[in-house]
This record gives sequence, C-alpha cells and structure tokens, in this order.
Amino acid sequence: MTELNLPSINYSAISPILIMLGTALLGVLVEALVPRRWRHVVQLTLALLAVLAALTMVVLNSDERIITAGQALAIDGPTLFLQGAILVLAAMALLLIGDRSVERGGAFVAQAAVTAESADDRRQAEGRNGLTEVYPLTTFAIGGMLIFVAANDLLTMFIALEVFSLPLYLLCALARRRRLLSQEAAMKYFLLGAYASAFFLFGVALIYGFTSGIPGRPAGVDFATIHAAVSESPASPVLLFAGMALLAIGLLFKAAAAPFHVWTPDVYQGAPTPVTGFMAACTKVAAFGALLRVFQVAFADASWDFTPVLGAVAVLTMLVGAVLAVTQTDIKRLLAYSSIANAGYLLVGVLAPSRDGLAGTMFYLVAYGFSVLAAFAVVTLVRDEDGEATHLSRWAGLGRRSPFFAALFTFILLAFAGIPLTSGFTSKFAIFGPALEGGQAWLVIAGVLTSMVLAFPYLRVVVMMWLSEPGESTPTVTVPGGLTSAALMIGVLATLVLGVAPAPLLDLAAGAAQFVR
Amino acid sequence: MSNFPFLSVLTVAPLVGALVVAFLPRHRPELAKQVAFAWSLLVLVLSVVMWVSFKAGGDRFQFRESYSWIPNWGVSFTFAADGIALVMLMLIAVLVPLVILASWHDAESSKRSVPVYFALLLVLECTMIGVFAAADVFLFYVFFEVMLVPMYFLIGSYGGHQRQYAAVKFFLYSLVGGLFMLAAVIGLWVVGGKTFDWQALSQVDISTGTERWLFLGFFLAFAIKAPFFPFHTWLPDAGGAAPAGAAALLVGVLDKVGTFGILRYCLPLFPEASKWFAPWALALGVIGIVYAALLAVGQNDLKRLVSYTSIAHFGFIGVGIFAFTTQAGTGAVLYMLNHGLATGLLFLVVGMLISRRGSALISDFGGAGKLVPVLAGVLFFAGLASLALPGTAPFISEFLVLIGTFTVNKPVAVIATLGIILAAAYVLWMVQRTTQGTLNPALTEVDGMRRDLNLREKVVVAPLIALIVLLGFFPKPVTDVINPAVQATMDDIGRTDPAPSVGTVQEAAK
Repeated sequence: MTELNLPSINYSAISPILIMLGTALLGVLVEALVPRRWRHVVQLTLALLAVLAALTMVVLNSDERIITAGQALAIDGPTLFLQGAILVLAAMALLLIGDRSVERGGAFVAQAAVTAESADDRRQAEGRNGLTEVYPLTTFAIGGMLIFVAANDLLTMFIALEVFSLPLYLLCALARRRRLLSQEAAMKYFLLGAYASAFFLFGVALIYGFTSGIPGRPAGVDFATIHAAVSESPASPVLLFAGMALLAIGLLFKAAAAPFHVWTPDVYQGAPTPVTGFMAACTKVAAFGALLRVFQVAFADASWDFTPVLGAVAVLTMLVGAVLAVTQTDIKRLLAYSSIANAGYLLVGVLAPSRDGLAGTMFYLVAYGFSVLAAFAVVTLVRDEDGEATHLSRWAGLGRRSPFFAALFTFILLAFAGIPLTSGFTSKFAIFGPALEGGQAWLVIAGVLTSMVLAFPYLRVVVMMWLSEPGESTPTVTVPGGLTSAALMIGVLATLVLGVAPAPLLDLAAGAAQFVR
Repeated sequence: MSNFPFLSVLTVAPLVGALVVAFLPRHRPELAKQVAFAWSLLVLVLSVVMWVSFKAGGDRFQFRESYSWIPNWGVSFTFAADGIALVMLMLIAVLVPLVILASWHDAESSKRSVPVYFALLLVLECTMIGVFAAADVFLFYVFFEVMLVPMYFLIGSYGGHQRQYAAVKFFLYSLVGGLFMLAAVIGLWVVGGKTFDWQALSQVDISTGTERWLFLGFFLAFAIKAPFFPFHTWLPDAGGAAPAGAAALLVGVLDKVGTFGILRYCLPLFPEASKWFAPWALALGVIGIVYAALLAVGQNDLKRLVSYTSIAHFGFIGVGIFAFTTQAGTGAVLYMLNHGLATGLLFLVVGMLISRRGSALISDFGGAGKLVPVLAGVLFFAGLASLALPGTAPFISEFLVLIGTFTVNKPVAVIATLGIILAAAYVLWMVQRTTQGTLNPALTEVDGMRRDLNLREKVVVAPLIALIVLLGFFPKPVTDVINPAVQATMDDIGRTDPAPSVGTVQEAAK
C-alpha cells in the first residue's frame, strides 16, 4: 500500500478563506440558537467582523508569494490584491444588505416560502423583519469568491465557483417586493448558471485529457501542468482549443460577457438591490480574477490562439452592453447593461499581456466596484410606497427634489461615462494604455467608440434628474440610515479619490501584478 | 515676481471662489453675485500682473511649474504659457467679470438657484484657464473634458428654448471628439515613451502612419470643439439656447480651445502629418467661411445668427493656422483674441436686447433704435467689429490672415475674401431689421424696450468697446507677445515664410 502524503498547508496564508467560511458556518448556528430579535444585529456584526478580520489577514500576508495546499491554492500578488478588493467591496455590500431603515424590515423577504402576491405576502411586505439567513449566505459567497481568485487548479476553481454561485442564486430570490420578478430572476440565474457550470466542468475534463502523455509528468488540471502541456503535450490541440473554449464559456458567463450575458439584466432587475450591487461589484472581481489567472497563467503560451477569439468577445460585449443600454427605461436594467459593457472593457485588460495590463485590470475592478455599489445604494433610496421606483421616467426632476443625492448619482454617472477626475477615467486609461502598448489598437478603438455610445444613456439619466420638471409621481429620496449612508459615501469618495489621486492604488496594483506559477 | 506660481494660482483661484459662492445661502443671491464678481476681478488683477511680468522676447514657455501627480503614468501638473496661451488667458480674465456683470439678472428668471449659476461660471473659468495653462497632455485632456460639465449645466439648467436638447447635443458632440482624442493621447503616450510632458513629446520621432492617425484623433476633437465645418451643427443650438453670458464664453473662449489645441498640439507634435493634412484643413476652413456666412444671412434668431457668424470666423482662423506662414499664424491667433472680444460683445448686447424684448427673433424687432438708441448704437458697433471694419481690432487679424495666406495659396485667399462681403451682408441686414427702419408697433408695448442701457450694462460694454478700438489702432503689445510663439510653432513644423516675390522698389526701377 502506498503511503498517503498529506500536502502541507500554510494556514496563515489561507486564513482569510477559513475565516469567511468559518463565519458562515457560525452564522448557520446563530440562526438556530440566537433569539429572533437579536439575530439581525448578531449576524451583521459577525459578518462585518469576519470581513474585517479576513481583510487584516490579507494585509498581514501581503508579502506572501506561495502555492499551498498541494497545488490547489496560489497566494500571490494578484490573489491578495483581489481578495482585498472582494473583502472591501463585500463590506460595503454588507452595509447595504444590513440596512433596515430605508425599508422597514430590510430589503429581504420575511418568509421566502409565502406564496408571492398572496395576502400573506402583502402582510409580510408591510414591514416584518426580513430573513437573517442572508448573512450566512453572503459570507459563504464571499468565502467562495476568495477561493475562486486563489484557485490554482481547475477543480478547486470549479468548487469555488459553486460555493459562491449557489448562495447567490438563493439571495436573488429573496426580494421583499416584486417577488415574482425576484423568483424568476433566481430561477433564470440558477438554470443558466448550472449550464455554465456544466460547460466549465466539461472543459476541465477535456483539458485533463490534453495534459496526459507528457513524458515525466502526470496528467493534472493544476495550472503548472496545463502550462507545460500547452507547449509540450503530444495530444491534439483540438482538445486544448475545445477545453479552453468551454472553460471560457463558464467564466465569461459569470463575468457577464456577451453572448453569455442574457441573464444579467433580468437578474440585476429582479434581485434585491443590495444583492445586485454585491454581484455587480464582487462577482465581477472574482470572475475576472479567475479569467486573468486561467488565461495568463495556465494558457499563457496559447495567447496567439485565444486572443483573437476573446478580443471578438470583448468587442461584442462592449457593443451589446452599450447599444442595449441606450434603449433601457429601468435604472437597474440600465446599470446591468452598463455592467456588461464594463465587462467588455475589462476583457480588453485581460488581453493586455503585461504587468501593466494586469495591474490596470485589477485597478479597474476595484474602481468599478466602488462606483457600482454607490450607484445601487442610490437606487435603494429612490422609492415610493411600492418600494423602489426604478422606472427612469419616475426619476424626472429628482435633482429638484433631492439635490444632494441627485448630485452624488450624477457624479457616479459621470464616472461611468469616463469623465476625467473620476475613477472611471483613470481606470479606462489604466486598461487602454497597456492594451495599446500590447498591440491591441483595435480593442482600444472599439472601447472608445462604445464609450461614446454609452455616454448617451448616462447623460439621459442626468437630463432626467436635473433638466426635467418634477412630475406628480416623482418619488422622494428616503434619507438613508447610517449603514446605507456609509456605503454610499465610501463609494462616492473612492470614485473621487481614485480619479484625482490614483497613484497609491496603482502602486499597490503594480506591486502585486505578478502571478506565481 | 516672475517666480510667482501664476498659472496654478490662476487655475485654482476661481475654483475656490466657486466653492465659496456655491455655499452662500440661496436666499441671498445679491451677495453671491457680488462675491463672484469680486472674485473674478481678483483673477483679472492677477492676470494683468502676469501679463506685465511676461517677457515678450524671452523663452517660448514662461511661468513653468511642475508638480508630480500620477508618477506611474508620467503625469504631472505641469503649467506653462507661451504667447498664444497668455493672450487667451488674458481674454478669459477680461471676459469673465464682464459676463458675470452682464448676467446679473439672467439666473433669476429660471427658478433655479442663483448662487449656483455664478458658481458654475467660476468653475468654468477655472477649467478654461487650466486648459490653456496646461503643458502636460494628460492635464490638458482632463481640463478639456471637465470643461464640458459646468457648461452643460449652464446651458441645460439656465438656458432658453430647447435647452435640454442643446445641452445634450453639446455634451455628446464634445465628448465624442474628446474620446477620439483620448485614443490618440494614449497612443502618443505609448509611442512617446510613457510621458505626457509636452516638451518631451515634441522631441519624439513618430512613424508616418502612426503620426497621421494620432493627428486625426487630436484634430477631430479640436475640429468639433472649434467648430469647423462639417462638425459645427452643435454650436447654433448650444449658442441659441445658452443664456447670453454663457454663450459669450462658449463662443468667445471655449471654442478657441479647438484652434489653440491645433496650434499647440497638432502642429508641433505631428508636423509631418499637419503638412499632409493641411490642404484638407484649408478646404474645411474655406467651406466653413462661405457656408456659415450664407446660413447666417438666413437666420431669424439673433443668437443662432451670431453663432453662425462665429463658425465663419473660425473658418478664417483655420485658414490662418494651416497656411503655415508667420503672418497668417499671427493673424489667426490675433483673430482668436479679437473674435473673443467682438463676438463676446455682440453676444452680450444681443442678450440685453433679447432680455428686453423677451424674444430672440429678429422679426419681433424693427426700429428698436428709436426706443433704445444707445443699445442700438452699441449693437451697430459690435456688428461692425464683427464684420472686421478697418479701425476695429478684427480687421487687423483678418487682414493678416488673408495676406499671409495669399503669399502661399492664392485661391484659398481669394475665396476667403468672399467671406468679408458676406459678413457685411449678414451683419448689416441684421442691424437693419432689428434697430433701423420703421418702428415695430409691438415694441412700444413691451416695458423693457423703454429702458436704454443702465449703468451696469454700460460698464459691461465700455471696456470691450475700448479694447476693440485700441487693438484696432495699436495691436503691437499683443502682436509682440504672439509673434515669437507663432514663429516657434512654424519652426516646429519646419516652414519658413516665402521671401517676398513681388519686386522691391529698386528692382521695379530697373
């Protein structure tokens, strides 16, 4: 019998992951043991503390550059940077999720099993306290994302994908109001997500086949093996191409890139807005973290083969996002299409194969995450007696009614449009510069052209808010409680600071922009 | 005094003023106006001091300052002014206080916050100064784009008829140009070795193909901004909808950013491409002169008419720039200044007329001179300055452009001369239909038309009239400053003026 060698594990390096998953389990216990009226406070505190602790560990580990747990996890510069980004953005999202002053009882349904649109449902919408299971679900998702960006082999990556996706499917279904829409969104997300996972898994299998047969190396799906196989494998490259394509489908689905984007507007619209913000910011970071690692570490030597295809996907994504954003009449759907277009810009960064490109992409992810969370924070505030007023026509004259929040939202929209002195501009520059340097002028041109198209829907919202007269049905802006205010102000300030003085974060990203293999 | 950081202080000062004004209580509009006016006067004083300490025969770029901003990308806050920028900075400093004074009651009719209107004007001044003072391409781009935001709200919130449409159109047109420029800026950064410093970039050798593409990116942005035919369609809408004061700044200063950009960025950074594209640019200029003048003749809206005259004048400036002679170049820069004064005056006077009548349509006027003789006189003078009557400042610049062009390109100069005739047509016909002729009986029933210029309005127009006449007879202080800068720009593209080919007196005697 051969002896089983347990891989050595550097526990301190993976402690952020352990903290988040441990807290999630603890959260489940809290649900069981803590009295109902205390749960909300306990859960929120627990989740925030866990994020804070994990963030501290990420900072303490910041010089770590190792592969640990066998070949499963790589704790290197990009991992730590992206984990830090996910944690910071998740903390903001948790603030939005935990707010119970904007909507009485919070944004989540009190009892998920109540039939939608029934009398009971209307009663629960009136102000019973929302589910507190959302906190363990969220912490599970955060934990999964932390693994996802650190995964150094495809199987770990797949497991992480499921760990963060399943809680998200559930979270999407838990909106307090418009529950049918919310449930439909969750169903759609779940079904399409399951397909995407299957594609991913099939890709893993093909890649595994491709890596077999290299002399002196066992087959495997860790990135070092795949990297070696790309140049040395005697197997047919068809396996490689098919495997890469299937993996890409799985990842691009999560990243909301066209043509795998169709779920995005529906899910963004139907999901409770704090969850939408969480997905738009954190899922994007996680998905692009994985894309970066897969394509710049495992398949780096096949870049001649995948660059044209991914480039085409990027252009398509930018076009679809920008053009369809023009036609939207719902603010959440508009932001969803804008998020799709931004996925296109981020793909341009993925295809800039240099340290600068990697640093720029990571910078973009952080900057965009802050802005988009702030944007959704404002969306939660604009409401009437039926909940959020997301139809754009309802935003007419908002600048007159609530100049302060309209000004904040205008600033964020200008950032999305890429006006200088906002993070939207610096982050576009951080991506387009290295892309042009890497010879991808066509992607930069496409990015610039779609930015022009995309400016129009943003500007339309600005016009709506400031230049239109307020109508009878213009909702008021709820003055937010401490939690939402905090998230909103953090987002807006970060958008400003990263636009005016991006150097510190750029330095940080540049220092972190080196994968270990 | 020359070590004083003039340019950065000039850029920041209006911004500080804007913040102060914006936070003044909304119910004390008079205080906001006074603070804004005083603040702009302060900027004017500082600018005059700067003008005095500029050494006309000295270095090309003076008052250079540089502070690190984003070292990762080689971006810095670098300010420097050559003669061209100096003249434009002076124009801004003169126009803004006058515009504030002229807009004293403009914001009150709009139901919107009065302090915010004046704060926006000061923000606009900050960005306008910044764009001319920047010597770092990135910094220039930042100001170039941010400038849109205050102007957008000035037009959109305080404008007249169709203000939303005009504001959005203005913003999108400029943004489209700006984004093309962004692509070119990034391209320039990559080929220039990751620096944005203007002086470093002007030394870089770029391959012919790349240079042409980069030139196009910049030129497109500037051509939209200026605007040159056929990118001009936003200006009549924006100029027609903007409140008169903002329109004076829009046409008087903002649009000069386009022609300034061509002189500062397109020509020195991409000399070969500039020469290659020059015939096309000249063609656009000439078409603009004739086409816009013809359209101006047909306008019935006063502000749109003035906007079209501006497009024609920008045609002249474009011709002057791309003729590549020192005379034409100096003429073009002088035109930028004089056009700012003359059209600024015209816009302000037209604004006074419109606010009295409550209508911008020419057909609503007629014989107004009998009711408001002084106002009518000023309008007549502004019109004459606009058509470049000898004795007014624009004459000198137009004349310089034409003779400078004639020495190298006769057909263009000849066609451009047609523009002078058309200018006479649209100005005189407009003056005739508004202030001359028989009195339109409807005018007598409008209260406003019984009031001639009050003291405030006289204070607004007097300095502009004085400057136009003064520079019409004695442009030397300005040309002394402009000439070396234009000369240096011509050196950058390696063009020397043709020697006079018409014989000298001695030759003729032989």
